[in-house]
Amino acid sequence: MLLSNLEILPNKRVVKHLGLVQGSTVRAKHAGKDILASFKNVFGGELKAYTELMQEARDEALQRMVAQAESTGANAVLNIRFATSSVAQGAAELFAYGTAVVLEER
Amino acid sequence: MYDLILLLVLLSLGYFFGTYLEKKHYKSILKREKELKSILLFDTKLIPPELQASGGQMVVGHVVVSIDYFKRFVAGLRKLLGGRLKTYESLLDRARREAVLRMKAHAQESDANMIFNIKFETASISKGARDTIGSVEVYVYGSAVKATQ
Repeated sequence: MLLSNLEILPNKRVVKHLGLVQGSTVRAKHAGKDILASFKNVFGGELKAYTELMQEARDEALQRMVAQAESTGANAVLNIRFATSSVAQGAAELFAYGTAVVLEER
Repeated sequence: MYDLILLLVLLSLGYFFGTYLEKKHYKSILKREKELKSILLFDTKLIPPELQASGGQMVVGHVVVSIDYFKRFVAGLRKLLGGRLKTYESLLDRARREAVLRMKAHAQESDANMIFNIKFETASISKGARDTIGSVEVYVYGSAVKATQ
């Protein structure tokens, strides 16, 4: 499965359009990690636990999108975008969407 | 009295560690920016047709950074008067540059030398609420392409 946020890929041709596919996940932060992060808040710097958490969540959203694309028989998802929205205090929704297509070498 | 001592301790910890960590971070950013200079970034969608390009796999980079106690305190004072919040400016600058570097590193792994259609996303985790962590997430993504000019 080729994932790209371009509309037109070099040396490739779209042979079939399969429409919008999407995947989302809602994640809350881990209380224990939150305490550690609040210590970090005194010193400043990267919050590695959060970086990992957000990455996991985005991967999950992407995976769901890919699963949907696979079920329609696509071999690529083009023009992918991400969106984030906060649902409640300490929870966030991560959303990925794109267009599923069948690509062919040109 | 104890509150005041605690505040001063937190402020000085924030000042010394925060300044040290920021300097260290900037040093590493500058070093890696030099190393990855050969990868060109574009925020255009279309790859110029005169380029011999191949690939197009999405690459991402992101980071969550936190502000230190001292800077947050200074920004709080600054808010009374208005104007530039320099302490937050450097936080966002570091976050964006770090995220871009991580994206570039991903692109380098797949042997690409250009990244097209770059999009930035910035999310505040605390939204400035009291007693929460003052931190910001920067997410950047694009499509890595191997091209010869």
